[in-house]
Parts: sequence; C-alpha cells; structure tokens
Amino acid sequence: MANTQSMCTSFMSELMLGQHQLGTSTIVSRGSLTSPTTDTVKAALYLTSATINAATTAYSATGEVSGTNYTAGGVTVTNATAPTSTNSSATAGVAYWTPSASITYTTVTLSTAFDTVLLYNSTQSNKAISVHTFGSQTITAGTFTLTMPSNTTSTALLRLATT
Amino acid sequence: MALVTTTKGDMDESLLEKREGSVDNDNELTTWVEYWLEGELVHRSAHVTLKKMPVFGGGETASIG
Repeated sequence: MANTQSMCTSFMSELMLGQHQLGTSTIVSRGSLTSPTTDTVKAALYLTSATINAATTAYSATGEVSGTNYTAGGVTVTNATAPTSTNSSATAGVAYWTPSASITYTTVTLSTAFDTVLLYNSTQSNKAISVHTFGSQTITAGTFTLTMPSNTTSTALLRLATT
Repeated sequence: MALVTTTKGDMDESLLEKREGSVDNDNELTTWVEYWLEGELVHRSAHVTLKKMPVFGGGETASIG
C-alpha cells in the first residue's frame, strides 16, 4: 500500500460536468437558482499505509490520520482565488488554481506516520480533487503546516495543460 | 521567555532540548522542530512547502470529419 501524488481522474470528468466551483463563484450554484456560491474544499491527511491515488473518487475515512485535535475530514481550505487560464501558443495553454492560504492543523498529535493530503470538495458529496504526497511525518502537540506553491502557470497546485 | 506547547502543557523553552531539521528536494521543502524533555519527545511540529505538483498535461481535441 502506498499513496501516489496525482490529480484524481474523476475530478477531470466532473469538471466537464460543472460539478466543481473553486475560488470564486461565477455560475449559479447547483443548490440555488439565483445565488452563486463557491464550493468548500477540505484537506484530509492520510497515513503512509493508505492507498490514495488517481483512482480515489471521494473522501474516505479509511486510512485517514487520527489523533488529538484532528477532526475526521480534515480542515477547510481557504479558497478565495479564482482559477486562471493562460494561452502559451495558438494550440497550448494552461488553467490553474492554488488555495489562497496555507493549510494548517493546529496543536495536533498525530502519532502514526502520514505522508499525504487529499483535497476534496465537501460541498459536492466529498468528491476528490487531487492527491499530494510529502515525506513521512508525525506531529506531537504541535502544528502541521502545508504551504502552497506560487499560483503561476508552472507552479500552481492544480494545473490542467494542453501541449 | 518563550512558551512551547508540549504533551505536558505549556513549558518554558529553556527547560527543553531543541532539535531541528530540514529536507529539501524536488518535491518539497520541509522543516521540523522537536522539543525533548529528559529523553522524551514532548513537541514536534513540521512545515511542508509543496514544490512538485502532479502532471496534468495532455489535454487533446479530436478532429471532426
């Protein structure tokens, strides 16, 4: 068992279905005919023994970390930046999005090693977005922080590119 | 006087042994800090900066006709 960094495959088809609204609300919500709303993105941590990868379709508590001050499902991701797209040529371009703040788990104790964060859309039935791995960690009465990369065409957390 | 959150409650940093480390590779920049009291780990925090993002390239369109 191992976790693998990837965009979740189901997320790509769900984008075509208009099932995710990241950053800022630009279309009328699926829950309202009049008031656009932005979806809530959450970040859950997974043990090194879990199997989270491109085939993950939704958040699951299986393999998730547990410990003092950690709530199942993880924390809400600050989601204030709208996705952006840029063309690099007549045939290529990239769309990208990055959470607008670090993801922080404050004063937690997570004694079993973990190495993965799953981003998922808690507004839309916990549909999976992406899997990000890092070196194995434990936390003892401390804070775990995931700092986001710069929101650019080459470094953003989520990038969809044509070549 | 700096206080550190520990498994034994907030403690003065001067009473603890501090250990720090970092990992810097293509995927991440990680720093961590530990505080030990008489051989016991009482605090560990970590800060991960993600660098290498998943590759999502290859969007294609098919010709019609």
